Amino acid sequence: MHGLAPADPAVSDLSIEIRDLSFAYDQRLVLKGIDLTARRGQVIAIMGNSGCGKTTLLRLIGGALKPSRGRLLVEGTDMSTLDERGLYRLRRRMGMLFQFGALFTDLTVFENVAFALREHSDLPEEMIRDLVFMKLNAVGLRGAHDLKPSELSGGMARRVALARAIALEPALILYDEPFAGLDPISLGVTGNLIRRLTDTLGVTSVVVTHDVQESLKIVDYVYFVSEGVIEARGTPAELRASVLPYVHQFVHGEADGPVPFHYPAPDYAEDLGVVA
Amino acid sequence: MMQALAMVLRGIGRRVVDGVWRMGVATRFFALTLLYSGQCFRRPGLIVREIFSSGVLSLIIILVSGLFVGMVLGLQGYETLQTYGSEEALGILVALSLVRELGPVVAALLFASRAGSAITAEIGLMKATEQIAAMEMMAVNPVARVVAPRFWGAVISMPFLAAMFSAMGIFGGYLVGVVLIGVDEGSFWSQMQAAVDFREDVLNGVIKSVVFGIAVTAIALFEGYDAPPTAEGVSRATTRTVVTSSLAILGLDFILTAIMFRGV
Repeated sequence: MHGLAPADPAVSDLSIEIRDLSFAYDQRLVLKGIDLTARRGQVIAIMGNSGCGKTTLLRLIGGALKPSRGRLLVEGTDMSTLDERGLYRLRRRMGMLFQFGALFTDLTVFENVAFALREHSDLPEEMIRDLVFMKLNAVGLRGAHDLKPSELSGGMARRVALARAIALEPALILYDEPFAGLDPISLGVTGNLIRRLTDTLGVTSVVVTHDVQESLKIVDYVYFVSEGVIEARGTPAELRASVLPYVHQFVHGEADGPVPFHYPAPDYAEDLGVVA
Repeated sequence: MMQALAMVLRGIGRRVVDGVWRMGVATRFFALTLLYSGQCFRRPGLIVREIFSSGVLSLIIILVSGLFVGMVLGLQGYETLQTYGSEEALGILVALSLVRELGPVVAALLFASRAGSAITAEIGLMKATEQIAAMEMMAVNPVARVVAPRFWGAVISMPFLAAMFSAMGIFGGYLVGVVLIGVDEGSFWSQMQAAVDFREDVLNGVIKSVVFGIAVTAIALFEGYDAPPTAEGVSRATTRTVVTSSLAILGLDFILTAIMFRGV
């Protein structure tokens, strides 16, 4: 196992602590009564089908949205008390990998990784160069440092973005669908990188994904979100053995089940005008 | 009947409220841009980069258009002036039309379609591809890092572009009037020199182009930042930038001309 945290951890061991959190867009409740914790050094996954609210949860952790109700502590800081300055200070200790990398298209790979270092430090150029090369080496792309993002494959862009996310040595890394649209090799590479970086840097990783097979290989703990509530939670082994219909359908990729194949619709025969 | 009327009224009301709301958001955005401008003045490299992409890259279209507008002015002006036997005044006509009106206005219109649309599309796409969100997550304020340098880069470029448009136009007028048609060269230049006042004409023209630069850039930046993050959203925003800023330029030109030259 990958260094699972002890059963009764000290409070300071928690990287993320969410208690009874709810969130609504306008009047529509997207997340309801969420409880979630992530300990330092863990990779946790938030899974669920598209539109279940998992990305919203990630945006709440990143401070892009404010919870409507409940407590949300990140690295011991209550997110609801932060002003913009405080939020930016906290974000220097967070890295985020966006779904398609979100690299700055007008900068080279090197400049992308150097971006945060240049914005937030007065380090001399040689030191920035060394740091950037170290980060790029960690994702295996030191040789691609002078390419533009448009010259990279999807998997490479994701890895550059990962190097950029760890540039400031964060304590917490958030991944928004890191496996979406990758070929099988890149998928394995990205999964291994997430695990390895978490272990070697001692960070906490939160992975939002719907890729069950890849993520169950690398994560310590999984939260299943369905329609805004946490439907199930557990270690990968527990979830594989789960008999809960929703989890079973999700883990085994079945087309129909608690999550129906059909979008709610009036009666089929009626729609076709063939009612007897 | 009453219901239909109520629907129409509600529709109008919603549009007005939406419009006012959007104006408020745009004003707030503009104020934030000014507020966060300090950082980019401490890093002039950021502004220089934008002067290059907004100003220098617009040079070709500005210079070529200026030349042709000046040449047309030379032809048309000569045709009209010679009826009154005062073709030596061609220099005055060309220079005053350009410096007072055509230079700032046409240069700003070209700038809106060349640089303004580019700014909107770039920022809209940065938003659609989550680059703006990524910047925020890296604790970098995108208004300070992306918006403010583009604003100042474009606002600084605008008067220079207008000046170059006018200079090229006067040269075009000279080419047609003096070289081609044969108006007396001495009177062409000396009458121009005597009639064009630095404060009244040149400085007012510069003020106009600065105002147009602010209007075009503020509109382009806001439209880009406010664009829905989709292909359709960005393309609509780009169109709106060109339409809105062109109308703003022409409207503002009338107001400024009224204040400057009639002393309203």
